[in-house]
Amino acid sequence: MRFMMIVKATTDSEAGVLPSQELIDAMQKYNEELVKAGVLLAADGLMSSASGIRISYPEPGGKPKVVDGPFTEAKEMIAGYTLIEVKSREEAIEWALRMPDPHGFGQGEIELRQVFEFEELMEDPVSRAKEEALRKQVDELKKA
Amino acid sequence: MSASQTHRTIDTIWRMESAKLIAGLVRMVRDVGLAEDFAQDALVIALDRWPESGIPDNPGAWLMTTAKRRAIDLLRRNKLRDQKYVEIAREIDLYTEDDIDRALDGEIEDDLLRLIFMTCHPVLSQDARVALTLRLLCGLTTDEIARSFLTAESTVAQRIVRAKRTLNAEKVPFEVPVGKELAERLSAVLEVIYLMFNEGYSATSGQNWTRPLLCQEALRLGRILAAIAPSEPEVHGLVALMEIQSSRLRTRINAKGEPVLLMDQNRAQWDQLLIRRGLTALEHARKLGRTLGPYAIQASITACHAVARTPSDTEWIRIAALYEALLRITPSPIVELNRAVAIAMAFGPAYGLQLVDELYGEPSLQGYHLLPSVRGDLLEKLGRLEEARTEFERAAAMTRNEQERTLLQKRAAACLQEGG
Repeated sequence: MRFMMIVKATTDSEAGVLPSQELIDAMQKYNEELVKAGVLLAADGLMSSASGIRISYPEPGGKPKVVDGPFTEAKEMIAGYTLIEVKSREEAIEWALRMPDPHGFGQGEIELRQVFEFEELMEDPVSRAKEEALRKQVDELKKA
Repeated sequence: MSASQTHRTIDTIWRMESAKLIAGLVRMVRDVGLAEDFAQDALVIALDRWPESGIPDNPGAWLMTTAKRRAIDLLRRNKLRDQKYVEIAREIDLYTEDDIDRALDGEIEDDLLRLIFMTCHPVLSQDARVALTLRLLCGLTTDEIARSFLTAESTVAQRIVRAKRTLNAEKVPFEVPVGKELAERLSAVLEVIYLMFNEGYSATSGQNWTRPLLCQEALRLGRILAAIAPSEPEVHGLVALMEIQSSRLRTRINAKGEPVLLMDQNRAQWDQLLIRRGLTALEHARKLGRTLGPYAIQASITACHAVARTPSDTEWIRIAALYEALLRITPSPIVELNRAVAIAMAFGPAYGLQLVDELYGEPSLQGYHLLPSVRGDLLEKLGRLEEARTEFERAAAMTRNEQERTLLQKRAAACLQEGG
């Protein structure tokens, strides 16, 4: 299963202040760890919202509203993401806990979100029913 | 954190760390079975202590230190009784805590690599290599392995026990082979990974068309190998092949659970992230500047399909040429059959049919369902429906995969109707 570790924006990341060399090194080391564990799918850092664009639909069915950045409320924005492929939710949490504090001055925040799997989007009642019936059959055989 | 939560976390940490732990321990005790036992002991101690003490900051290092202490204790106790342990005990005494930290930091990758070469050693049977690799490097339980291969748990357990015994009896060294041996041994490793992947990708028997767990494990192992042995083009080639093939996993079956052939798949649903990863891996293989090996060539073929927006955009001439190149390094009737398909697509079914007919006398293809299946397809395209139907029926009788059989029977029936 895939999880996205979303690193939230901070006043520093929004102001375009680069992280310390120490943090950059720690992040690099962490990414290498992810690669060597075979779990890293993708990772990117985002530019600050100053160059961002927001498209919203305030009127249902109406035209979109386009607003240029920068935007306020750093906590509601993201500064980067890391996409990992893991075996369980617990493994995703474990990896997220191993990520270095992305800010270091109190604003560091990582949000972990599971990516929809294809199977979940395509719940298939037919094969589910088949599997269920088969299971019942096996149980009855066991009882007999 | 509740006790059951802690247990789940410990189980997760175990799955994340066990391969490294075992690899590091094999370096110390030179015995795969003992190493696994010591690692398991450490796990048992963690299960006992962590719910009380909390999970340590560096759980991997904690497990390693604990396992090492266990190893030293046990070896000292047994030393007097068994000469074999004397040497091991002496060696292990040389390791300090610093060694362990360092081992966990950097050298552990070399140990992992050594362990892969060990579990995929040619003294073991193919089945044993796969089982042992899944167990020690992927951290799967015997039950999980058994379910993946639709075999009994006891069979898998026995296979693993025997494999460990063989490694000991044959004194298989814990090392990365060098020189001429490296290429040969590396291809044995890659073969195991690809076998795992294929078993998952296209189950040879049973009702399920795909068994994703094996695909995932093979892909993860391939990615690890690419990270720890980055100078081997074939490793990147294999990873590229698996990434791109995985990108189609979700389109290989329709909502009814029936297989969908490559040309009929919904390309919009192919996983573009995996395709991009595959193409990057292929680029890594090419950049290393050596002649492309069989995995990189096969990956190049899959890449041709991956980048074609529609089936008619497929560069069949290039694919035919790649099969030609593959045939030169790994001559095989199956590759010839694939080349025949590519030639049929590039230059017309009549040319392909000619090549397929030449393969009909091939003894190794007797009973191979894809031969009549391909011939049926070409005959159908040429409008020779009656002959096509016979071939599809023959293929249906040969395949061991039930889903595939249904598909072939449908195609046979369609020939009958069209010809009607």
